[in-house]
Amino acid sequence: MMAHAKLRTVGAFVPPRADFEILSREVYGKPLVYLDSAASAQKPRQMLQAMTAFAESEYANVHRGVHFLSAAATERYEGARETVRHFLNAAQADEIVFTKGGTEAINLVAASFLAPRIQPGDEIVLTVVEHHSNIVPWHFLRERHGAVLKWVDVRDDGSFDIDAFDAAIGPKTKLVAVAHMSNVLGTVAPLKEIVARAHAKGVPVLADGCQGAVHEIVDVQDLDIDFYAITGHKLYGPTGIGALYGKRAHLKTMRPFNGGGEMIREVTRDIVTYADPPARFEAGTPPIIESIGLAAAIDYMTAFDRAAVKAHEASLLSAAREAVSEFNWLRVVGDAPGKGSILSFETEGMHAHDVATILDREGVAVRAGHHCAQPLMERFGVASTTRASFALYNTRADVDALVDGLRKARKILG
Amino acid sequence: MDDSLRELYQEVILDHSRHPRHFGPLASATHEGEGHNPLCGDRVKIYLSVDDAGRIADIKFEGKGCAISQASASLMTDMIAGRSVAEAEKLMDGFLHLVKGEDATDLVGDDRERLDIMAGVSAFPMRVKCATLAWHTMKSALEHGMAAKSE
Repeated sequence: MMAHAKLRTVGAFVPPRADFEILSREVYGKPLVYLDSAASAQKPRQMLQAMTAFAESEYANVHRGVHFLSAAATERYEGARETVRHFLNAAQADEIVFTKGGTEAINLVAASFLAPRIQPGDEIVLTVVEHHSNIVPWHFLRERHGAVLKWVDVRDDGSFDIDAFDAAIGPKTKLVAVAHMSNVLGTVAPLKEIVARAHAKGVPVLADGCQGAVHEIVDVQDLDIDFYAITGHKLYGPTGIGALYGKRAHLKTMRPFNGGGEMIREVTRDIVTYADPPARFEAGTPPIIESIGLAAAIDYMTAFDRAAVKAHEASLLSAAREAVSEFNWLRVVGDAPGKGSILSFETEGMHAHDVATILDREGVAVRAGHHCAQPLMERFGVASTTRASFALYNTRADVDALVDGLRKARKILG
Repeated sequence: MDDSLRELYQEVILDHSRHPRHFGPLASATHEGEGHNPLCGDRVKIYLSVDDAGRIADIKFEGKGCAISQASASLMTDMIAGRSVAEAEKLMDGFLHLVKGEDATDLVGDDRERLDIMAGVSAFPMRVKCATLAWHTMKSALEHGMAAKSE
């Protein structure tokens, strides 16, 4: 679909900078160096144009009208679902539920799948690396249904010990919830093995794939995973859309999430019956234009040789890792083998916010803070870290700008 | 270097953040408050000892945070000790005007001179909260006695 990108898959990967208009802008008179893609990725022109073209020529509400445009829009919306299905290699398109993001996808599983199955004392196993979006929905079940949260730790380098999952999963465990890739450490969880261990005890597994789906090739059938949540805006797509993959056998048994139009079969004054999945979970007018954007973003990124993209990102990470290892005042948090392209660190005598402010004035955008992962911060004994994350459009020059900026921060604050 | 950065991280601020004044617990506290910036996870505790005449006899703080929040807390405790509660709140109003880049004509004389080192914060809107955390915490401690929390 994106033939221009296919050309680039021959030979070494060349970051497609020109597709991202924003990367040519300046901040404070300096070229923008965007190293905050783990928070949200920038948007390629092809994706933005796909949304505009759809809105200008084919837009109407979906699944409602009999008129020409409604049919066209419905076809495109369902086409986007098919694109997501293919991206995750789900068996069927009706295993893909559109949501407003990764957070809503996880909340949907908590409310519609797990809540009705929880008795007081039942356990939910999660890991210390989780983002708050994969913690707070389970806290809801603790507060409202008496669930008990069990935490799987990581080793000091941020890697997982698979046996720790075995130890945590017991007869009362009702779900294992784990980030495919940590948004702070970059650690990639051994999902397939976790699923195998959990299934051996009859426990389903949910993966938060908000980071993982961007950098790893996901095959939900091969993983045999029960639920996999993604968000559009980190996948070079628009905000306001995400998706939940759920095994059909699960989705069929799940109660509705939000109530409203489109999720019903019949409504009378006395009763209501519900549509089959995925419509059952898509109450109200869905993010239609955003679904076109998400599909275009997936088309865009999958037109590249993804292994080459991953190798490119890994080379940037390793260059940055090597450069900062010369700073004896800097400690990297998370060095797990095979980790994704995220570099978090703390700096001796310099608070992450001060470091980020100085980097910012150099045009370098990084994240500073707790990264919505406070239990993980606690685990590593830090209040906050500075985080640089690398995406397909980053270059060695970006790494150099980061390293120069850090030197400058040290000069000012050290 | 960028002038606004130079102003933000001037020597006096860095000195306050590296060697904070009035740092530590206060056994005689009559008021205390805990402030939390949920954006960055920083926390600050303010202890005040207010005498019967409504004068802040002593003030101390504890906490971890960025250079701006630490320097602001240090400077605040340095300037507040010995003032009446009403004077402390008036100083806070002036300080808030200053760091938000608003008209701070209510800050005069020595107060103006000493707090002026924080004026550079106004060029960094994302950092204003760092500078104001200790002050808001002090205010809520004064309002709520021994069990105040501020966000």
